[in-house]
Amino acid sequence: MVLPIAAIAGLFLVWEAACQMFAVPAYIIPAPSAIWKETTALPANVAWHTLVTAKTVLLGFVVCVLVSLPLAVLLTSSPVVAAAIYPLLVLTQAIPKVALAPILVVVLGTSELPRVVVTFLVAFFPLVLSIASGLVSVPPELIELGRACRAGRAAELWRIRLPYAVPFIFSGLKAAIALAVVGAVVAEFVNADAGLGYLIQTSTAFFKVQLAWGALIILSIMGIALFQIVVAIERIFFPWSPGIDKPPV
Amino acid sequence: MIEIENVSKHFISRDRDRIAALTSVTLSIRRNEFVCLVGPSGCGKSTLLRLVGGLLPVSQGRVIIDGRPVAEPRAETGIVFQSPTLLPWASVLDNVLFPLKMMKRLTPDSRVQARRLLQLVGLDGFEGKYPRELSGGMQMRAGICRALVHDPDILLMDEPFSALDALTREELTLELMRLWREQPKTVLFVTHSIPESVMLADRVVVLSARPGRIAAIVPVEVPRPRRFGMEGLDEFQRAAGRIRELIFGTGRSTLH
Repeated sequence: MVLPIAAIAGLFLVWEAACQMFAVPAYIIPAPSAIWKETTALPANVAWHTLVTAKTVLLGFVVCVLVSLPLAVLLTSSPVVAAAIYPLLVLTQAIPKVALAPILVVVLGTSELPRVVVTFLVAFFPLVLSIASGLVSVPPELIELGRACRAGRAAELWRIRLPYAVPFIFSGLKAAIALAVVGAVVAEFVNADAGLGYLIQTSTAFFKVQLAWGALIILSIMGIALFQIVVAIERIFFPWSPGIDKPPV
Repeated sequence: MIEIENVSKHFISRDRDRIAALTSVTLSIRRNEFVCLVGPSGCGKSTLLRLVGGLLPVSQGRVIIDGRPVAEPRAETGIVFQSPTLLPWASVLDNVLFPLKMMKRLTPDSRVQARRLLQLVGLDGFEGKYPRELSGGMQMRAGICRALVHDPDILLMDEPFSALDALTREELTLELMRLWREQPKTVLFVTHSIPESVMLADRVVVLSARPGRIAAIVPVEVPRPRRFGMEGLDEFQRAAGRIRELIFGTGRSTLH
């Protein structure tokens, strides 16, 4: 815990010193002190933008989980269903989301909805894949045990396949939460009147580079914090899960 | 109690060949009898066990238990697999209770029964532990408790001790004999160890190499209760020698 903090603090110190020493123009790279000053000048304003983005990220993430779980179950339920759904899934990934976002605004209106949809589309694919691979990698002995205990398909899914997939699910959730932040910002670039993505766009338009950098740093912190929350949930509620991105033995 | 009537089983391989695993096996097992299945690897011992357990369908013939043909896993059969096959996310107690939970037969009494079984195999105090915190032998003990928790009348065991070290193996063999004496059950036990089969069984069924068929059924006359040290008895030697002969042929059972 000490070392990572020291490393980041060191990075900012070197950054500050370099900016001061070589008098780097702010529009190329502003000094951390300048970024801090600009970003904290209107704290309520920046906090509000942060909350707006966090809301989009979380809504998109929740939709992601709600869609991915049943989708992965469906995908692994039979080869026929998988053959039908899989190409559609790949199609959603082939579409460039940045290009899709303005079209979605026309279709869905300028509300929160298109932003949540873009966030979802950016983040859900790896989650579906990891849940699906968790569901199918259950060792045959465990499946046989379920059959010996006269488990039906639902009981097998609920009592054997899903618990077995938990480490896989969390590995997908970690990827999804990081991608959800990216998705939300992409959506805000296209259509928003608030949020950190919006803040970056407007502040760069007015050459307030320090503020844009500030928003960027806040986004990174948000990404790290959300990721760590997912890690903590896994540790607290699923202590038997290996907690690293590899399947249990 | 178990009637295996002219049972054959074949599998379809990936290149669509028919591979015979068992041919015309006929065997009758009495209630509370301890029968071991021995044979060279790949002779279909485990397949026969799975047919009796209802985990695999027969290709020909039929398996009848208590007058009923076996079509699916039976509630009153307990199975112990080659590996302990414990659920890594469940405590030892929950693992033992798993069959009852799946069969919706969990009663307030179940926990008492599960704890009693765990105590019987020396796992008291480990109820709340996760499987990964247990040694291989302890995991296998928990697996045996799980197979016994719903008090089945048939116990199927598929090389349960093969992955254990020799000492743990002897210990568990004794424990199994004690459990069987206290709560008699019909046991079908697959092994590739000849001494183990003679130590445990009333009758040893020797299967020939693939496709598996019954080469002979060897009765074991060693008196019960059995214990280690009885390997020197004539009855033991005679049965073991006969089985060895059946598997390897005469003349290959001694070193020259």
